[in-house]
Amino acid sequence: MATGSSLDELGNQATELAEEVQALREQMLRFATLQLRDVTQAEDAVHDAINAALSSNKYSGKGSLKSWVYAILRNKIIDIIRERSRHPVETFIEDDGSDLNDQFDEKGHWKKSQQPANWGQPETTLANKQFWLIFEACLNDLPESTAQVFMMREHLGLDIREICNELSLSESNCWVIMHRARMRLRKCLEGHFIQGDFLQAVSQ
Amino acid sequence: MNCKQATQLMSESHDHQLTRWQRFSLRVHLLICNGCRAYNKHLDFISKAMQQMRDRF
Repeated sequence: MATGSSLDELGNQATELAEEVQALREQMLRFATLQLRDVTQAEDAVHDAINAALSSNKYSGKGSLKSWVYAILRNKIIDIIRERSRHPVETFIEDDGSDLNDQFDEKGHWKKSQQPANWGQPETTLANKQFWLIFEACLNDLPESTAQVFMMREHLGLDIREICNELSLSESNCWVIMHRARMRLRKCLEGHFIQGDFLQAVSQ
Repeated sequence: MNCKQATQLMSESHDHQLTRWQRFSLRVHLLICNGCRAYNKHLDFISKAMQQMRDRF
């Protein structure tokens, strides 16, 4: 039988765990919102993940609490995506990528005005706070269906095959969607960040 | 190979292993095309940025 003091200790540990998990809440919400693009669904996912974390005895105290809670959140997000693809409530506007063809001439080579520029030192850019604001804005600017696949791959870190399975897409279709996502992101970054005043400001 | 095809292959190389022929043709194209060489670096940069974003959470 547990003595009074060890019960107190257990109680304290539970409170500590709850406090630590709550402290991660804001960050988890941002993570989920970036992926799901729906604040209500993101809040539900985070709420469920925190509840699951607190009611489970599986956290052994070994390894990072954060990565354990995020693993639970990831699974909740995948559940929501799976559910969405089963019952599509909104029809996604198909991203056929036709507007991207404007960058090429009739032979499929870069138009002079569209030729990718030199972006300078990646380390300098990645260390800049303003860059991250633009990066997130460019991510949010991707068409919904394209963003879904791209974020599953690059944000949730899923294998491309897993994504195709979840969304019932062929593998080559997934590759094309990833290609369009990267091309759109690149174009957005080049337009808004790299060619903006920022790069000059940094290089001075 | 033109730039449009090359951009598709550069992206695919982040998602799966290209065939030997695809790798060869892409390499030849990159040798002669400044725009696509820059594009290739940009894709690496985007991967790096996404990786950093993941690590921040």
